[in-house]
Amino acid sequence: MEEIKRIKLKMQDISIEFPGVKALSNVDFEIESGRIHALIGANGAGKSTLMKVLAGANTHYTGEIFIDGELVEIRSPKEAKNKGIEIVYQEVDTALIPYLSVAENIMLNSIVNKMGKKQMVNWKEVKRSAEAILKKLNMKIDVNTLVSNLSLAEKQMVLIARAVALECRFLILDEPTAPLSNTETKELFRIVRDLAQNENVGIIFISHRLHELFEICESITVMKDGTVVANMDIDENLTPNQIVELMLGRRFDDTYPKKQFEIGEVVLEVKGLSEKDGAVKNVTFDVRKGEIVGLAGLVGAGKTELCKTLFGAMKQSGGEIKLNGKLLKITNPYTAVKQGLALVPEERRKEGILVEDPVYANLSATSLKKYTNKFSFVNKKLEKQAARDIIKDLGIKTPSEDQLVKLLSGGNQQKVAVGKWLVSDAEVYIFDEPTKGVDVGAKRDIFELIERLVEMGKGVIYASCEFSEILAIADKTYVMYDGEIAKELKVSETNEQELLYYSTGGH
Amino acid sequence: MESKKLSLIDFLSKWGTVLTIAFLIILFSVMMPATFLTMSNLTTILRSISIVTVIAIGVTISLTVNGFDLSVGSTATFADALVMTMFIWYGMPAFTSVALALVVALTVAAINAFLIVKLKVPDMLATLASMFIFQGVAMTYSGGGSVSQNMARLDGTITTGKVPAIFSKIGEAPWIIIIMLVVVIAVHIFLTYSKHGRYLYAVGGNLEAARLSGIPVNRYRTLAYFLSTLFAALGGIMVASRVGSAQINAGAGYLMPAVAAAYIGFSFAGAGKANAVGTLVGALLVGILENGLVMLSVPYYSLDIVKGVVLAVALASTYFRKKN
Repeated sequence: MEEIKRIKLKMQDISIEFPGVKALSNVDFEIESGRIHALIGANGAGKSTLMKVLAGANTHYTGEIFIDGELVEIRSPKEAKNKGIEIVYQEVDTALIPYLSVAENIMLNSIVNKMGKKQMVNWKEVKRSAEAILKKLNMKIDVNTLVSNLSLAEKQMVLIARAVALECRFLILDEPTAPLSNTETKELFRIVRDLAQNENVGIIFISHRLHELFEICESITVMKDGTVVANMDIDENLTPNQIVELMLGRRFDDTYPKKQFEIGEVVLEVKGLSEKDGAVKNVTFDVRKGEIVGLAGLVGAGKTELCKTLFGAMKQSGGEIKLNGKLLKITNPYTAVKQGLALVPEERRKEGILVEDPVYANLSATSLKKYTNKFSFVNKKLEKQAARDIIKDLGIKTPSEDQLVKLLSGGNQQKVAVGKWLVSDAEVYIFDEPTKGVDVGAKRDIFELIERLVEMGKGVIYASCEFSEILAIADKTYVMYDGEIAKELKVSETNEQELLYYSTGGH
Repeated sequence: MESKKLSLIDFLSKWGTVLTIAFLIILFSVMMPATFLTMSNLTTILRSISIVTVIAIGVTISLTVNGFDLSVGSTATFADALVMTMFIWYGMPAFTSVALALVVALTVAAINAFLIVKLKVPDMLATLASMFIFQGVAMTYSGGGSVSQNMARLDGTITTGKVPAIFSKIGEAPWIIIIMLVVVIAVHIFLTYSKHGRYLYAVGGNLEAARLSGIPVNRYRTLAYFLSTLFAALGGIMVASRVGSAQINAGAGYLMPAVAAAYIGFSFAGAGKANAVGTLVGALLVGILENGLVMLSVPYYSLDIVKGVVLAVALASTYFRKKN
């Protein structure tokens, strides 16, 4: 049997800067074909940025990349593909064409790029090649099925098969297991091992689930704040706790002076809540008046889904929600608002604001009734006055209340998304990643605002993957993992390490 | 310098429709000093655009929720046939007939709303389907032909029902113009000053954000399609009064001009979205152009070219501005 040639991919001194942030600084990274290598780090540590450099999606990097000892430049996705580097992003749907069959999707590249002057597609050949690849990988998918009829796990397999069709040498899997069930994950692992051992493909495996990394990977790179902090082999001497310690990110404002308010009786009581598609499973928790309850968890742990299920924006399939002892019937956000809940959603531009509308219309969207007379005519003077008050209160930087929201900065847009709920008379406020994409100053403003709410005796749910923030502002916190609440902790008695431990599946 | 140039473009795209109207009035007045700028000709213009405008207001409301109603033409045909048969076949009084025709026509809205809001069919396709359905329903109901006074029924008897005199008034100036203006003003106030109008725009601007703000989005989308159908049906009744009989597919010809008027109105005063006054201005622009060109003996079959160009320019200015 001929000796398999191991190819080395080496990234040296890679740095990349985005406006205002240094996302990567002097990163060294190395991987060998035929091996499975883990890449881990807290949110914002720079994993995705680094992998996007390899995949040709971040083109303005500085530093050097060597493949098999040869210096290469990767300045476009196409160049990355030519070098045999493939990436399967978490959002599999962005890379697939739903109306085409599995065969067409797997062979897409050869149909698009390798046709030359030929005008007709040889469908028999396309199907045959696709079938051969699926067979090689031992995947049981019918090549004639439309991709739109596949499950998430199957779509991922199609993407992996596509990568193999391109004769890739290095395959990046960005959190491939997040949406998968246990059996699907096992199947994926089998394929990944097969690729590494039999096809000599180097696999970079990004995951937040520590035990998975221990199960499948041979070596690991830990990133933190845009740098590599450790590079090591995974062996019996390594423990999950060691990795957690290495991952711990920068602390956000340890100095944030949390004000303590009196915590009253239970205002929101959730029992056995589940989401229809299983994104939230049997969740039980409560929120008291004047209490800030943290929902800690990594991306994909089900925090957003829990918030949305509570708010009626995702379908509830079981359990009960009680507000002040009264059972709520929440079927959609409209009924949720009517019964006293408020949600500041995570995807601000998509879900939180009306970008084409002025600031004042955004701020009054949830509370327009307050400014209308009995014929439902809006009193614009009152409405704008209230808007000016909120703008001043929250320090929203805008020339006037008439400015279109799309012209504001991210932090100020977020303040608008938060501000619109201030005038509504909700009992419980749900914040889903409220500090995403805002600067430190705006963060502090948002914290102060949340404290103002609890001072008024409201209950607050604060969902975030930034554990330092939860530690800074919450009274108690629940840690979510895989759609379930894995642990309840008192903030005064826990630390970032413990939160991270539970949110990576430790118990 | 740069900013001056920009603000000129800005100014033009905001007030381009109004400036064009002014320019056309001046141009036609100079070319036809004796005939164009007379009271009777101005009345003719307003009367000629009134039906299109009322139907276009319906389309405008469907556009506020980022929807689209292709079925307005068929709805107008349907209402037209309904009201005329009530007079001629059944000899019913004017007010009852009009009210009943409007209510029955709302079945179109019910079907549209059901398809779009409940079954999630894309608006354009759903209303395309209902457009065909009600074109056929109207024709089947009226027996495949036109409905006019003293017509013979299938069994050979002559109908005796008459179109009430008061109903014929609707189609005459100044009443037809007054109806149009009342509709435009009422809808303008509704869209701009009422809570409901604001919600309609919020739903159209960002459905998900509106939903998460606690706005009952499905209710407002349904409302938009009901209002759209209501104004289309009113347009159909105006057609009936104007013509005095119900012709085959009488409303179909109003669909495209109505859509054009609503879209030309987008850029009016920098609104950048569907709005009632803009729609009136859009219809006015097309109406004046048509009137002037006809008076200049441009053949009627060539007018569509001009209308199309006007729409293209208006759309270009709306979307070009959005991009910037």
